[in-house]
Amino acid sequence: MKFGVIVFPGSNCDHDAYHVISKHVGQPVDFIWHRDTDLSSYDALIIPGGFSYGDYLRAGALASFSPVMNSVKKFASQDKLVLGICNGFQILCEAGLLPGALIRNRELHFICEHVNVRVESTNTPFTQELNRGSVLTMPIAHAEGNFVCDDATFAELQREDRIIFRYCDPAGQVSDETNVNGSRDNIAGICSRGRNVMGLMPHPERACEDALGSSDGRAVFHSLAGALASVAA
Amino acid sequence: MKAKVYVTLKPSVLDPQGKAIKHSVELLGYAGISDVRQGKYFEISLDGALAEADAREEATRMAREVLSNPIIEDFRVEIDQ
Repeated sequence: MKFGVIVFPGSNCDHDAYHVISKHVGQPVDFIWHRDTDLSSYDALIIPGGFSYGDYLRAGALASFSPVMNSVKKFASQDKLVLGICNGFQILCEAGLLPGALIRNRELHFICEHVNVRVESTNTPFTQELNRGSVLTMPIAHAEGNFVCDDATFAELQREDRIIFRYCDPAGQVSDETNVNGSRDNIAGICSRGRNVMGLMPHPERACEDALGSSDGRAVFHSLAGALASVAA
Repeated sequence: MKAKVYVTLKPSVLDPQGKAIKHSVELLGYAGISDVRQGKYFEISLDGALAEADAREEATRMAREVLSNPIIEDFRVEIDQ
């Protein structure tokens, strides 16, 4: 199985993602420059965090018009796996691969801290090795992570079990107090209708080493690798 | 010729920046303000050879596809000769 990490001007978690795939998942991984369009050799893509194009216009907007994104859309339409983290989540929403949008945090601040998220669904390739209701500690680092969508989209996300992570307290209680950025229904991560595209604001790739305060993020990448291995088998 | 594009958050979308601005201007003593909404304004210089109707069509398409995100924003286009 081969992974690709897409790099835009302003991506800054690309090396973290690369490190996790090569060191903790132990699989081959390439950086893919945003002008490249040939994704045929990859089984899974990571759209990393950062500030692509300096967040100009809207966070993720300009990156969503990059040449590589047409190839990412085609890749996703073939049921291959795409994981968008933080800015990657914003890019996937802007590109229309995930519904909704991420707007300015409710309290306006850039928030950089470890948060707790509850696993709401294990029915995705990215969470299949996790336990529903378990709590992961991962860092967030964003000013625009406030997830919004219209009522019809929200109902669809609920009905189709596509809300994957919600901000919670250490015991797993979800409330307005634990809603760090004002996201609708505390949503921290969602998946596509086909369940092969997931976006989340917290950074699992920055939570893979105990020295960094948490290694809870490893389970996301192990799930992903496990899903790819079972397809290959 | 110029296209002027105004992009504003949909009324249903919370505008935390507008709220903070409202708070500040009220602190400064400005009275009678019931709401502040922050938006974006774009000035696009167009090739003078374009007919006004074509210019409007191009600017509208640009506003819809690039300058605004239809999930959260509305836009308005004006053409200035």
